[in-house]
Amino acid sequence: MMDGRFKKFIENFGWPRIIIAAFLMCLFAATPLVGVRLDTSISDTLVRVGMNGVLVLAMVPMVQSGCGLNFGLPLGIISGLLGATTSIQIATSADAAAKSGAAQGLWAALSSALQTGSRSALLFAVAIVIAVPCAAIAGFVYAQILNRVKGEEMMIATYVGFSSVAVMCMAWLLLPFSSAVMVWGYGGSGLRTTISTNGFWWHVLSDFQSITIGKFYFPTGMFLFFMFMVFLLWAFFRTKTGTAITAVGSNPEFARASGIDVDRMRTISVMLSTILGAIGILVYEQSFGFIQLYMGPLYMAFPAVAAILLGGASVNKATMVNVVVGTFLFQGILTMTPSVINNLLKSDMSEVIRIIVSNGMILYALTRKTQVKR
Amino acid sequence: MDSAKAQAGPKFTASENVKHFFVSNAVPIIFLGLSAAAIPLSGFSAGYLVQEMLTRLARNSFLVLSLLIPIMAGMGLNFGMVLGAMAGQIGLILVTDWSVVGIPGMILAAIISMPIAALLGLICGKLLNMAKGREMVTSYILGFFINGVYQFVVLYLFGVNGILSLPFTDKPLRIPITNPQLVLSRGYGIRNAINLTGIRRVLDNALPASLRFDFGSGPFTINIPIGTFILIGLFCFFIIWFRRTKLGQDMRAVGQDMAIADSAGIAVERTRVLAIVISTVLAAFGQIIFLQNIGTMNTYNSHEQTGMFSIAALLIGGATVSKASIANVFIGVTLFHLMFVVSPMAGKELIGQAQLGEYFRVFVSYGIIAVSLVLHAWKRMQERERARRGLRGEG
Amino acid sequence: MPDMEPLLRVEAVGKEFFGNRVLEEVNFSLAPGEVLGLVGENGAGKSTLMNILFGMPVIQQTGGYEGKILVGGKEARFQSPFDAIDAGIGMVHQEFSLLPGFTVTENILLNRESTRYNFLVEVFGERISTLDRRAMRKRADDAISMLGFSIDPDTVASEMPVGHKQFTEIAREIDRKNTKILILDEPTAVLTESEAEILIQSLRNLAGRGISLIFISHRLQEVMDLCDKIVVLRDGRVVKEAKPAGTTVFQVASWMVGRNVETRGESRRQRAETEAALEVERLWVDMPGETVRNVSFSVQKGEIFGIGGLAGQGKLGIANGIMGLYQAGGNVSVTGAKLALNAPDVSLSRNMAFVSEDRRGVGLLLDEPIDWNIAFTAMQVQDKFVKKLLGGLIKWRDDAAMRDTALDYIERLEIRCTGPKQRAVELSGGNQQKVCLAKAFVVAPEILFVSEPTRGIDVGAKKLVLDTIQRVNEEFGTTIIITSSELEELRSVCDRIAIVDNGRISGIRPAGCPAEEFGVLMMGESPVAVSDTVGGNE
Repeated sequence: MMDGRFKKFIENFGWPRIIIAAFLMCLFAATPLVGVRLDTSISDTLVRVGMNGVLVLAMVPMVQSGCGLNFGLPLGIISGLLGATTSIQIATSADAAAKSGAAQGLWAALSSALQTGSRSALLFAVAIVIAVPCAAIAGFVYAQILNRVKGEEMMIATYVGFSSVAVMCMAWLLLPFSSAVMVWGYGGSGLRTTISTNGFWWHVLSDFQSITIGKFYFPTGMFLFFMFMVFLLWAFFRTKTGTAITAVGSNPEFARASGIDVDRMRTISVMLSTILGAIGILVYEQSFGFIQLYMGPLYMAFPAVAAILLGGASVNKATMVNVVVGTFLFQGILTMTPSVINNLLKSDMSEVIRIIVSNGMILYALTRKTQVKR
Repeated sequence: MDSAKAQAGPKFTASENVKHFFVSNAVPIIFLGLSAAAIPLSGFSAGYLVQEMLTRLARNSFLVLSLLIPIMAGMGLNFGMVLGAMAGQIGLILVTDWSVVGIPGMILAAIISMPIAALLGLICGKLLNMAKGREMVTSYILGFFINGVYQFVVLYLFGVNGILSLPFTDKPLRIPITNPQLVLSRGYGIRNAINLTGIRRVLDNALPASLRFDFGSGPFTINIPIGTFILIGLFCFFIIWFRRTKLGQDMRAVGQDMAIADSAGIAVERTRVLAIVISTVLAAFGQIIFLQNIGTMNTYNSHEQTGMFSIAALLIGGATVSKASIANVFIGVTLFHLMFVVSPMAGKELIGQAQLGEYFRVFVSYGIIAVSLVLHAWKRMQERERARRGLRGEG
Repeated sequence: MPDMEPLLRVEAVGKEFFGNRVLEEVNFSLAPGEVLGLVGENGAGKSTLMNILFGMPVIQQTGGYEGKILVGGKEARFQSPFDAIDAGIGMVHQEFSLLPGFTVTENILLNRESTRYNFLVEVFGERISTLDRRAMRKRADDAISMLGFSIDPDTVASEMPVGHKQFTEIAREIDRKNTKILILDEPTAVLTESEAEILIQSLRNLAGRGISLIFISHRLQEVMDLCDKIVVLRDGRVVKEAKPAGTTVFQVASWMVGRNVETRGESRRQRAETEAALEVERLWVDMPGETVRNVSFSVQKGEIFGIGGLAGQGKLGIANGIMGLYQAGGNVSVTGAKLALNAPDVSLSRNMAFVSEDRRGVGLLLDEPIDWNIAFTAMQVQDKFVKKLLGGLIKWRDDAAMRDTALDYIERLEIRCTGPKQRAVELSGGNQQKVCLAKAFVVAPEILFVSEPTRGIDVGAKKLVLDTIQRVNEEFGTTIIITSSELEELRSVCDRIAIVDNGRISGIRPAGCPAEEFGVLMMGESPVAVSDTVGGNE
């Protein structure tokens, strides 16, 4: 009896997950042996969990509505980048206006508000306010494509994401940004490949009520924000619409027979995923300290996809637990392998391990017998 | 049913025929137009472009041709061809280390890469049988996965001394590579850039031929890599012949409907695996030909874009996910690389930024794949609808 | 030909599926060149019998069969269709198995192509030999001409009319030189009348060449015209073996359905004329395989109305069309007001509910728990199980209410499960059906459509399901429309029964009418009707 239940638990949890969890535990346990501090290891892991959490969360709505893994995450990320760059542009313009005192009305209020202690929080809010509608529009268009290619969403999502990154590469060159911190210095036009968020909204979430004990640092604000997003999404899936989206993913024919507009629910889920992607990259960048433009977002969907699958999600079912567990396991491996394995072997093998683990996880999910019902 | 009949029927007016030609060849025509507009902007001479196109046709055609067989077997675009490319590169690393040069070096590299490619193709084929209906995304991710394994092998197992040792022994786990020009100074791992001096252009120059032209803008010489073209020609004949074999017929059958092929007694899964194995092995040869032309190899990058560029070229040539011909390959390679060569210069002339043209061609590579995948999936959805209607009692 | 050894002899063949007997003591024999017509209602056991004869794997997987099959005097036990083909049995299935992009020749010779040797065969094996197109074309021509028909062997299958596809299928079987017995499952179902005539003539040609045929059809007149003998199956038994000469179509029809059971008609309360709950005029529904062409009827408030007919005739399309699941047109009025078609949410909001025949495909969220399955429709359509927060801005799912309702139905319908959180996929067929019913009851419908309520469920559950439907009708006055392939089931529950044939209603009778009368309506025997309905093809 016990034996059967244990077996079932393992089947549910999946062997790859158990192996990786055990591997991660070994890595943590091995830290003292190779002369790596456990507290910094845990701290690094947690910071990366907070950074990537919302991006992983962006997988959930589309998986739940049966659109598959959101390989088109770059679309959301680009919207986030638009918000990020615009907020910095606004900040520089406002700073200049405040200095010259030429501002009037609302603009004056904003520029003076930006000179106060709430500067970074305000700018971050501006970034989100700009990013979310962009993501909503991008997501809507993206959803119209996906609704016409049911059953083959994932490959198409990948290339729609890639194409949009390439389009934005051209846009970054052409968009009329003027802020000196963003535009190439020497006479060139177009934005730099990396832009520092320092002086704008660097660590705006991470440092909120953060805890530092010796070398241990815990980004409380970022985690609160992540948890808040998790809560919002959890709550959404407990509403009538969220329930309908889950049913669409579970059996679209059933949903249709119950009077649900399947395409509409899929559209909502794709828009949600895209919006979460946009917010996710802003959270990532405020912690990371840099905005990466051009080809930066190209492959960003893959770690997020791998993380949620590692957390136990399948191609058509994902929960908040999958997100949290998966992000922790995946980012744990990514953080710990360089420090522990590299110390052990005196060689940097982390990149190879990252490639094999993340893609191996995706392969495992794609080739599992439980297929999406259609 | 009716519309299918109407489309295929022979009775069309001339204008309808012209329209049909434009509609069914929309993609190549658009790219022809784009290139036509960009060529004068770029300021390249005709001679330069012709030479460039000939070189690039010789360089890339073999790789693109290797995609045809899985399409025939209904498995879509073989994103897993990078597996073959990696196998080819391993062959090249080994022959370079052993200092086997010239045509024998290329042949030895091909012989070494063949079993590796076959094994990788076998794995790929088996996995794709487990993921029917999502072959493309699976082979795509498998490309990344095997890339990790490849990096592991090339970066940690190749070298003078190994970093890992065999379990329970002191013997190093390594594949001996001793040439100091290949191995990183730390003693294991292959350098990122390898000079393939031993085999550089040996095939292209095996049968040298050059033509002299004079279009009034001064005489110029065009070199034609006859040796490579002969090989590519042989490959084309192989494909044409292969289509006429029993195996080729079985692949077409499997490609159209696995269930019907199965009920007719065709070993569906085995046939699919064979299609992928053949494609992977040919891709390995293709990569060797590609690199002999380039003359240097980026150990960790050369193969990565092989898949995408080959697939984009094939699609630009007018192929679709389910239908591709030899003509598509040559038209596609020419048009894709024409755009590739021309667009940075055109971008520079147009708005003073070569970078823009470079991003444009990246966009085109990704975009063309996205658009073809969307069109294909959309068409399939509509065909499923029509098939359902066909089952209904009325016409 | 009594002195000849029969080509095929079926001796005491029986078959049980999971304790459910579908065939019992079936005996018949088939002489060379003989044409045997096999007729029976849906579910009489015809397809199971054919599956046994053709060695379909489903038979082996479910424990084999009883009795013996002798081919040419020797016992045969086929493990797979390929064994059956080796023994000379060919089968033409109801649905086409042609590759759309292949020509007639390629389809006929699929996986039996003529090949030519080349030296590579020594290295890579037979599959690398080249095709001999000329020989293939000749073989295809031969096979087609044996049918006494002409098709261009280079036509691509997707561009052929349905009739030609059927000939290609048969030609494929004929090309096998050893084919001695050909099983044809409803070969004329998709043909126009003139095509069907040509086919029948071709089949006579084949029989004349010594090939024996087993011909399955619902068109009894065809069976009478073509066959040398007719075997009638009913409830898994051979009830009659007859020669067409001296037999009438009506006799055959009554052998097929002839049973007498207690019907509800006699014992049922006299119904007073009330107002109409549902009026249907000139309804057409574009449901694949169940096309409804032109149907008009009206159902009174509180009535239990049955819709019967053979599979594929369109009876299932009616409920699906009215509920908006398939493209439909015509006039439908619910309690006097017109219903907008093609919108499932509109149909649901008019207080109608539907228990689909496709339980696993449409009826259930297999991967979700029971309470979700039961509550979902009511939640989405009627805002039940919803708590409004922030003044209705947020519609919060009320999990507790869902659980209570589920528990209530689990008890009332005796759904056997571990609790409301068990996933639907883990339940047995009968219990899944009860969940589907509960889902419909929760919306408290005025009109309830139930399609194939007892398909694939065990006897105990069957009774409970039917009783529940009747009880709801009596207690709440719900108007109920049951669609079922099982005439006896309809006769035991309904007040009136409509029989659908070829997308039209061939008659509406009180449930108390004799079974033969329904049988004749089902067969759609008037030849005029047949030609005018299928003539629309192409």
